[in-house]
Amino acid sequence: MKKTITTLAAIAALAVAGLAAEAAAEWKKGSPVRIATEGAYAPWNYTDSSGKLVGFELDLAVDLCKRMAVTCEVVQQAWEGIIPALQAGKYDAIMAGMSITEKRMKVITFSRSYAATPAVFVVKSDGPFAGLKAAVDAVTMDKIDGAEKDAIATVKKAFAGKTIGVQIATTHENFLNEFVAGDVTVKTYDTQENLDLDLQAGRVDAALAAMSYWKPLLEKDGGKGLKMVGPGFTGGPFGNGVGAGIRQEDQALADMFSKAINAAIADGTVSKLAVQHFGFDASAKN
Amino acid sequence: MPEWLSLLAWGDTGWGDEMVRGALVTLQVAVVAFALGVVIGAGGAAVKLSRVPGLPLLGDVYTTLIRGIPDLITIYIIFFGGGQLAMSVARLFGHTGYIEIDALTTGVSALSVISGAYSTEVIRGAVMAVPKGQIEAAKACGMSRWTLFRRILVPQVARYALPGLGNVWQLTLKDTSLISVVGLTEIMRQAFVASGSTKQPFTFFVSAAVLYLALTSLSNKVFNGAEIWANRGVRRA
Amino acid sequence: MLRFDEPWTLFLEILGGVPNTVSLALASLVLGFVLAVGLALMRLSPWKPVAWLAYAYVYFFRSTPLLVQIFLIYYGTGQFEGLRESWAWPFFREAYWCAMLALTLNTTAYTSEIIRGGLQAVPWGQVEAAKACGMNAILRLRRVIFPQAIRQALPGYGNEIVLMVKSTSLASTITLLEITLIARKDASSTYTLDALVIAAAIYLFINLLATRGVAWLEYRLSPELREARILKALPDPGLSHVH
Repeated sequence: MKKTITTLAAIAALAVAGLAAEAAAEWKKGSPVRIATEGAYAPWNYTDSSGKLVGFELDLAVDLCKRMAVTCEVVQQAWEGIIPALQAGKYDAIMAGMSITEKRMKVITFSRSYAATPAVFVVKSDGPFAGLKAAVDAVTMDKIDGAEKDAIATVKKAFAGKTIGVQIATTHENFLNEFVAGDVTVKTYDTQENLDLDLQAGRVDAALAAMSYWKPLLEKDGGKGLKMVGPGFTGGPFGNGVGAGIRQEDQALADMFSKAINAAIADGTVSKLAVQHFGFDASAKN
Repeated sequence: MPEWLSLLAWGDTGWGDEMVRGALVTLQVAVVAFALGVVIGAGGAAVKLSRVPGLPLLGDVYTTLIRGIPDLITIYIIFFGGGQLAMSVARLFGHTGYIEIDALTTGVSALSVISGAYSTEVIRGAVMAVPKGQIEAAKACGMSRWTLFRRILVPQVARYALPGLGNVWQLTLKDTSLISVVGLTEIMRQAFVASGSTKQPFTFFVSAAVLYLALTSLSNKVFNGAEIWANRGVRRA
Repeated sequence: MLRFDEPWTLFLEILGGVPNTVSLALASLVLGFVLAVGLALMRLSPWKPVAWLAYAYVYFFRSTPLLVQIFLIYYGTGQFEGLRESWAWPFFREAYWCAMLALTLNTTAYTSEIIRGGLQAVPWGQVEAAKACGMNAILRLRRVIFPQAIRQALPGYGNEIVLMVKSTSLASTITLLEITLIARKDASSTYTLDALVIAAAIYLFINLLATRGVAWLEYRLSPELREARILKALPDPGLSHVH
């Protein structure tokens, strides 16, 4: 057994040594910037029937690159490898609906957020939770006092002894583990599709995911008998919104992105694009 | 037409053609992984039977690990670690670009490593089943090592190993279903996509089961045929 | 990439999945063994439809991947509203019971073949001798056939135990929080291999215990072979090249 671990450790150490070799580039006007997106997360970024990458982040990238005065190229990359490939230098930035979380911050850095999509619970529209309401519609979890505690308590009370499903390794899972686990059973799924199946089958009483995922789904096929309930949650465990992921040694590039995003938020460009793609204003505030 | 049948229709309206295409991917992955596994197995058997100190132990570590660890964990380790490993190896040779290992390569290499361990055991057993006296007789006749290997060892090892390799093939074929976790669109993944979109999981998993049954039954026939062919000229009591 | 800053906490966290993994393997092995004895007897039954039914069962479960069987039982059953409203739903609702059912049905098929092999290895002459001694069918099974068949089947059954321990990892795909799922959660959120390597080590350890246990049982159950084995283990007296 010890032998196994040692061998695997040696292999892995080799891998780490290889990854650290990339040197930081200089970022200035006119630099080429390669941006990666997944192309499979509508409406953030997806591939249209002609094979073109489209979506909120694609439009935003064009705008940000203009503001940064750099020449951008967008490449497609599968979600699983999106962070390792950034570190390996396949591209310079990730714009793929990626939430800024502490865990990811250990590995890469982020620009400031450009969007924040609330997390929302979805239940069966003919079930006992269809009428669930909280005192407020939007809960920001950055500072948790009165209103936030009330909203969490409402959710906790409603689902006490019940099961809530969530996709594996997401900010939504972290939230449930931190705030409602114990009173509520949390079930994790490999894919959102499997979670949807179990929600339909009634194996989970509710599912938590991004509003930007639910909205288009519920608008298809008469909502498929599902309904969004309760408040929308943002901030805190949900990360500080969605931002551009960048290598830690390229802090200069992250700063350039942040400056451009500030400007795009200030003049209403981000809000306009968000309403156009999501049907609601998912732009990052402040 | 009953609902389940229209779900499995051919073309744009149903999922029949997608499922069959998934079956072809399954078959491809299984064939390549099995073939590579046999190559690994031949090497593994040679290593395990070698008289070089340390080598047999290395072979034992390989087969013990693979046979003791769930295949799913092996696949995840190759999936999460394979790309990084390949890149660092490439860097040792001065290649600095990014290497991406796609789902197909991940799947095929994971399954080859797994089936290779089982093939190693099967081939090792088959080599040991060749009577030593025959080898001594061949040497006495003045056969060179290569002739001995080609004329005496290989034909008999192939014959002894065939039933065992048939089992390894079945195992590899069924193990391809695990590759769906890394996103390769074979039978299982296709069944999942279809269930997610139609909310009829039972229909699609039954179809998946039927496709696997068809693949295993057909390949059983092939292996039985091969066994009969390999045993031609063997006298039966 | 591996990180070694918190291996102990990670190890304890993954260890939390052991009860689910082990209880799942144990329960399905025990239940599966009982069912497998019945199935093996069915396959050897002189009554053709019974033998054929048992054969079809074994054929189905051995020719399809366990993953399909698990999904069929878990996600597949969710499709039927009638079932969802029936008395059986509390059972099918739980991933744990679905996994146990799938694993039990699966191991029943494989184990029945192992037992059948064991039963067929018992020399017919012994059965005749038992008859001649006036033993009835039950007594013959209990005193003559089963003890020998089980001894014969034990090495094969040892393999099956290891395979079942490995198979429990598939329960992770239907949300059951056992060793594999706990490790996978960590791997996919940290992009490191630590958790998976630790999980692999835990499985190896469980399987090591299982194989040791079977070897001990084999030793206990075959006193008449013990002496021969000891002789075999002794240094080569120089005659082993003679066939």
